[in-house]
Amino acid sequence: MSQRYEIRFSGAGGQGLILAGVIMAEAASIYDGKQAVQSQSYGPEARGGASKSEVIISDTLIDYPKATVVDALLALTQEAADKYSHDLKEGGVLLIDSDLVKKVPAGKFKTVAFPIINTAKNEVGREIVANIVALGAMVALTEVVTKEGAEKAVLARVPEAFVELNKKAFQMGYEKAIAARA
Amino acid sequence: MAKKVAFLQGNEAAAQGALYAGCTFFGGYPITPSTEVAEVLSIELPKIGGKFIQMEDEIGAMASVIGASLTGAKVLTATSGPGLSLKQELIGYACIAETPVVIVNVMRGGPSTGMPTGPSQSDVMCAKWGTHGDHPAICLVPASVQELFEETVRAFNLAEKYRTPVMVMPDEIVAHMRERIVFPEPGEMEVINRTAPSVSPAEYKPYDTKFGDVPPLAAFGTDYRFHVTGLNKAEDGFPTTKAALVQAEEERQVRKVEANVDDIVTFEEYELADAEVVVVAYGSTSRSARFAVNEARKQGIKAGLFRIKTFWPFPDKQIAAIAGKAKAIITPEMNLGMCTQEVQRCAQGKASVSGIFRVDGEPINPGQILEKIKEVK
Repeated sequence: MSQRYEIRFSGAGGQGLILAGVIMAEAASIYDGKQAVQSQSYGPEARGGASKSEVIISDTLIDYPKATVVDALLALTQEAADKYSHDLKEGGVLLIDSDLVKKVPAGKFKTVAFPIINTAKNEVGREIVANIVALGAMVALTEVVTKEGAEKAVLARVPEAFVELNKKAFQMGYEKAIAARA
Repeated sequence: MAKKVAFLQGNEAAAQGALYAGCTFFGGYPITPSTEVAEVLSIELPKIGGKFIQMEDEIGAMASVIGASLTGAKVLTATSGPGLSLKQELIGYACIAETPVVIVNVMRGGPSTGMPTGPSQSDVMCAKWGTHGDHPAICLVPASVQELFEETVRAFNLAEKYRTPVMVMPDEIVAHMRERIVFPEPGEMEVINRTAPSVSPAEYKPYDTKFGDVPPLAAFGTDYRFHVTGLNKAEDGFPTTKAALVQAEEERQVRKVEANVDDIVTFEEYELADAEVVVVAYGSTSRSARFAVNEARKQGIKAGLFRIKTFWPFPDKQIAAIAGKAKAIITPEMNLGMCTQEVQRCAQGKASVSGIFRVDGEPINPGQILEKIKEVK
């Protein structure tokens, strides 16, 4: 991998994007033995408002903890897609929820779209795991952490009763992203 | 055995550092972006027989830690912005009563309510001049999650060693970001406890300079009885207005820190040996600076970084030496020039000093610093 790989999870406050970023960073840092820094930016609102969680992954020491040129971006709302896609790099990857982001940002990057929240709600069975569906998709699209490492990181964060639900959400996101990319 | 590793937030690391240092009392009032420090300690302190108290406000919180410290406990409070303003009168009280306390202050936008979730570095002057009167000041400005743990331990050590308040001031970015942390084993890092009296209760005086500039501190509630006041006091702790005593006491309090700058002041030098342009930075901004210095080096520019780890006492000597060697100094900071003025004072015109100031809630990015390096080289 290159020196620095930058991922941004964006959407609305309350969608669990900060947690998705934390799990991605834990996968890299704890399970894959790489360097990782996770940071976030959010407004004073408890719910709503544009929210972003950034993860930098590298083989070497990470100095600047925020994104400079984003390699991969997830946008779960139109507002986030509009606000946070400006520094997505040429050749990078943009993952959007096809139900919620109707106006796809223009740029020289690859866009992958599928109904992320709807998948969580109707196929996995709980809307609350939309962030894990999105995480599974980002793991598939970025290939910057191992699938095994990411799964371990997800399960380490989840209470026993919700292990199967989250496993299913992760796997479904992973598969749907690969199908949507093709 | 492999060391314990975790992926932690800065604030969580500060709380863990406090526990490692032997903190058994936290009195606070939650405020963004410092709340996680209180949150972790509210869970962990009861498990070890410690006490966690959420007070009615930041003033009460500061009072509670002073009182708890006087009973012999190692104490912490955590706050941010407006909370630090509220604590100031009692921070002065802790200074004059020579009470070891540690304050974690996470820097957010200000003044007043400002920008509660945005990063800032605009409390560094408040750490020294926020409370009135002449007084000692120690302020540490960590730049990573690991360092926030370690500097919190060091803050306790300095507070105990010098009988004075110590502030740990991460900016919001360092406090809220998550990184891998390797926990030191018990005993691996030095842990200092205050010196207990070696004399009998009858002979004990709480400010007895016979034992040096930092007199031993007995624990309240034991056989050692003493008086504590915010008034200028004599060696026995009772108020005095005797000119010679007050002069000597004030000077001694400041001297506790000023005479020990080499023990207290810490910094990191990066690529300084041949540097013509030196970036002087602290906290998360120093991470942008390191990125920019590396980029500048790749472009053939002799740039270096002096990273301030201890903001107060200020690294006067080191900055003066840099100014004597380098052509230009750059001071990026998330305020309108607080560190810059200190650097100018130390540089005494021997090198140019250019600031990069940002108070819009966004971090100073490496590109901004690189641009300035190219401009002044």
